[in-house]
Amino acid sequence: MSGASGLYVVIGLPLIVALLFFALAWFDRRFGIETGPGFFQRNGLVIGLYLVLSVGFWAFFIIVLPQLAMVDMSFRPKLPPAQMGGPRDLYTLENYRYFLFGSTTSTENWNWLHIKAFFLTIFVSIAITILNFAICYPLAFHMAQSSTTARLRVLLLLLIIPYWVNEILRAFAFRVLLSTSGIVNQALLGSGLVAEPVDFLGADVGLYMGLSYAYLLMMIFPLFNAIESLDKNQIEAARDLGAPWWHIHAYVVMPHAKPGIASGCTLVFMLCAGALAAPLVLGGPRTLWFTPIVYDRFYQAFNWPQGAAYAFILLVTCVMFVLLMLKAFKLSLGEITR
Amino acid sequence: MAAAVELEGVNVTFGDFVAVRDANLVIEPGEFFSFLGPSGCGKTTLLRTISGFIEPTHGTVRIGGQDMKGIGPNKRPTALIFQNLALFPMMTVAENIGYGLRVRGVPRHERDEKVKNLLIQVALSEHGHKRVSELSGGQKQRVAIARALAVEPSVLLLDEPLSALDLKLRQHMRAELRAIQKRVGITFIYITHDQGEALTMSDRIAVMNAGVIEQVGDGRAVYAEPRTPFVASFVGENNSIRGRVTEVSDGMATMDTSLGILRGRNPIGIAPGDEALLFVRPEAMQLHANGSTVGFEGEALDVSYEGSVTHVTLRVRTGQKMMATVHAGAGVALPVAGENLHVGFQPGDGLLLHRPASA
Repeated sequence: MSGASGLYVVIGLPLIVALLFFALAWFDRRFGIETGPGFFQRNGLVIGLYLVLSVGFWAFFIIVLPQLAMVDMSFRPKLPPAQMGGPRDLYTLENYRYFLFGSTTSTENWNWLHIKAFFLTIFVSIAITILNFAICYPLAFHMAQSSTTARLRVLLLLLIIPYWVNEILRAFAFRVLLSTSGIVNQALLGSGLVAEPVDFLGADVGLYMGLSYAYLLMMIFPLFNAIESLDKNQIEAARDLGAPWWHIHAYVVMPHAKPGIASGCTLVFMLCAGALAAPLVLGGPRTLWFTPIVYDRFYQAFNWPQGAAYAFILLVTCVMFVLLMLKAFKLSLGEITR
Repeated sequence: MAAAVELEGVNVTFGDFVAVRDANLVIEPGEFFSFLGPSGCGKTTLLRTISGFIEPTHGTVRIGGQDMKGIGPNKRPTALIFQNLALFPMMTVAENIGYGLRVRGVPRHERDEKVKNLLIQVALSEHGHKRVSELSGGQKQRVAIARALAVEPSVLLLDEPLSALDLKLRQHMRAELRAIQKRVGITFIYITHDQGEALTMSDRIAVMNAGVIEQVGDGRAVYAEPRTPFVASFVGENNSIRGRVTEVSDGMATMDTSLGILRGRNPIGIAPGDEALLFVRPEAMQLHANGSTVGFEGEALDVSYEGSVTHVTLRVRTGQKMMATVHAGAGVALPVAGENLHVGFQPGDGLLLHRPASA
């Protein structure tokens, strides 16, 4: 962001957003009478003002502005600070070109290393999302439909307590557990099942385990909420009409829990694709996850515009993928927040 | 022909709690059979035992002569209509009705044909494509019935399905349920706490209390010839008077009560000297007693006029309150509140039953 134009953006955009919110509130007060009391009548002037300003500030400074800054940066060349905003600071696609071709100028060769890492990240994230769903659905169903209150409490505690441990510590714990001299390998060697230690970390078993584990709760809770609201009688009615258990799940429970399934899967997929700690700590030497590449653009190559471009590519791809999936399952974005 | 449902020594216990105690019952094919009892009496537990959601702790359930032990609800020739109906909200009306057929792998065209027929049967042919939420209460009721009938059960189980409806609709649905049962000719087992429902619809009624089937019989039998004090006071209004039997003769008994010497029928053969309860229906009470009745003095506390009948609340010498019903007719004098009356009844309208230890 540069000079005077940047200043306009920083001052002007918040102003526009704040005005927009005021306009909405005014509209609500003016025309809200038919549907009930207006916004300020409901909340009072002080709280109403506070809500408008704080939500406006939050929406703008925490969400919109940083993202806009990154998008803007991704279209600019890498320049020493002195030249920023100077005559050479022009909008360019060279950062995106670098992602595809491994060079800012030529389009001769594909940048297979990064492209492969990118698709690996997407596909493995999808696989982990599916795995996570497969692990969590039976548990969530049990918790929501057939568990007693006492057992439900214990299960919830058992699920939550491990997350008191910091994510990086958990990742390292997996590393210790799965290393060639770790407890798992010692047990396998001791029992005579394998002759040589298994390289779990090199085979990325550790990475997949760590990622699945890290986002388990993100899957369980939306599923649990969705399944819990299902009337038990519906399951019994289906059973009484002769349905085998898988049919009940496929045609009664899952259609009901669809919004929960979608929101759980979306969360896990997004978080997996954007995970940094687990790939850094647990990723095998032959695996290049995409997020560490983005990290390297920023802190190893000191090329912030390129990093921004990479991050933006990942973000857009993930959002597109999720929207496509929602469309495929005939769900609106509003439904997954229910 | 084997009995539709046969219960033999069925006991259901949850921990220490005995929900059903030693139920023995034969329900005939094509019968409209009701279980009547207050909430918590075990009637729903018994229904769920028949449908297979609960395995009896002891005893045998036979359906169509076949022992149902170890056979799950999805494999039994029964269909259950739930109290809240439990229709599938994410399916259309037609999909709801066809669900049981889809599960059974009935081919699509055959299924559609059958669903269409059922929709006509329950007068919903215009609504097949609608969501369940778009229907009214009575229509939902009919969808639930059609969904259960679609799988051609030999026994249809109904768990108070009318309790959520308003009075008018409930009365209409009573007649409709009865008509459907006559038409399809299968056994209906109906659970209710509403004696009106049980009496109007059923061929036979089993009155339940605290897990025990107290009496089985047709509506007239459980109303006019109750065999336990619970049945006498649960089915319809009844007045009860405590006392000790002094003399027994010809199926009649004389009883010494705090209201004087009273007489009533003694169908279960209570012996002289036994403690007993004498039951008299409000409609058998005569407010202006004459020579042929036995009776006592009472004060009219409250007179509520309902047109065809008038309900009179009486207080007798012991302080106990009693009900009397006066039917409207030419020249029938209605009492006024506070009036002292000589109340009586024909000994043939009194009924003596054993007094339970707790009463």
